[in-house]
Amino acid sequence: MLRRPTINAVVAQPAQLAPGPAPKIALNDVNFFYGASQALFKVNLQIPANQVTAFIGPSGCGKSTLLRCLNRLNDLIEGARVEGKLLLDGMDMYGPHVDVTDLRKRVGMVFQKSNPFPKPIYDNVAYGPRLQGARDRSALDAIVEESLKGAGLWEEVKDRLHASALSLSGGQQQRLCIARALAVKPDILLMDEPCSALDPIATAKIEELLFDLKKELTVIIVTHNMQQAARVSDHTGFFLMGELVEFSDTKTIFTTPKDRRTEDYVTGRFG
Amino acid sequence: MHRHFDDELQSLKEQILRMGGLAEEQVQGALRALVERDSDLARKIIENDRQVNTLDVAIDEDCLRLLALQQPTARDLRFITTAMKISTELERISDLSENICERAIELNEEPQLKPYIDIPRMANWALKMVKDALDAFVNHDAELARKVCRDDDFVDDLTHQLFRELMSFMVENPQTITRAIRITFIAKYLERIADHATNVAELVVYLVEGKIIRHTHG
Repeated sequence: MLRRPTINAVVAQPAQLAPGPAPKIALNDVNFFYGASQALFKVNLQIPANQVTAFIGPSGCGKSTLLRCLNRLNDLIEGARVEGKLLLDGMDMYGPHVDVTDLRKRVGMVFQKSNPFPKPIYDNVAYGPRLQGARDRSALDAIVEESLKGAGLWEEVKDRLHASALSLSGGQQQRLCIARALAVKPDILLMDEPCSALDPIATAKIEELLFDLKKELTVIIVTHNMQQAARVSDHTGFFLMGELVEFSDTKTIFTTPKDRRTEDYVTGRFG
Repeated sequence: MHRHFDDELQSLKEQILRMGGLAEEQVQGALRALVERDSDLARKIIENDRQVNTLDVAIDEDCLRLLALQQPTARDLRFITTAMKISTELERISDLSENICERAIELNEEPQLKPYIDIPRMANWALKMVKDALDAFVNHDAELARKVCRDDDFVDDLTHQLFRELMSFMVENPQTITRAIRITFIAKYLERIADHATNVAELVVYLVEGKIIRHTHG
């Protein structure tokens, strides 16, 4: 197992980060292991509701691992183990009575590579609600329309809802995946490099979307594109070798970071 | 890892220093033109202001280019935005030197009102502030920068002292009013030069510590 010195993250006072309401997600001393190798070290973090929080850091720093802890996607990996407390609205996400399916309904996810089902656009979006038992046609129509509007795709596809999702462009497919995630009305949307396969225009559309989405839900985005984090997020966490080095409001991270390692990373002096 | 960007930042820093050196020379020259009653020198200093203006524009263009193309962050961002503002301050210092020269040319056409004692003191003090502020910029020395901010009080005191003295000249003998007012202007210009040095020093504190201290006397 890797051994490394304990380095305390520079974490702004929680009161500064979450004025008023309690954090949407709170992590207390979270460790994560892939078998014997530790991927996250004592992560402490409070994610405010209805804001965009970005995780940045070099490849292998643990940011995606942490993201996947938040909807227990890592449960599917053999030998994976989580320690510490992960609270969603104060509820222990790894508690004994938690229904993982229910949790994942509340915590939606969009991946780097868009992964629409090889089905019509309409069925992609209606998939989740149908799985939950929705059968009423007009109710489903309403959910599909609302979700596609929420994902900024409605105007482009409203006349061809029954065309295959695979006929859409890459950027449209990604927004379809966002609509599919929105259809089950999640509280939280996790986005793992959602724009890295998209051209600048498709990327800009998704980034603009985030400003609307955060009115309804809490967004956590992992990105390699620092300018993207700077543009869209309210708070940014910088990870390095499994540690949360610094977590603060985005403006501070990109203008006056406290930790030298954060400074070196955001100025491109790293390596 | 070497960054090409670092070479650009270094060259920007050198341009600021070149401009700072020119601005200092302008103040020194203006003072000499006044004290030595050398109107030719005054005209030369006025002419030299153009060089400072040219550098001001060049620095602005460089900063804008770096902001647009490099999308700098953190200390790089602070450095570039600070450089842009410092260049404006230095340009103003040179303008004020030009104003001193204009008043000096006018004064040189009349008999000297009184020996220049407080004016050179003020000028040297203001110059030291400019020099210290630029040193603080080069060495990322927030401590020295804060000292410059404190030094400004002394120039303010000297200005008031000089005002009182010139006022008494004017009350005693109205014939002196034109000259006394011109000298008063010069004192005000020097006081402004010290203010610009203070602004540079405040910018250096922001550059080093990320703290905005202007308007706070911090």
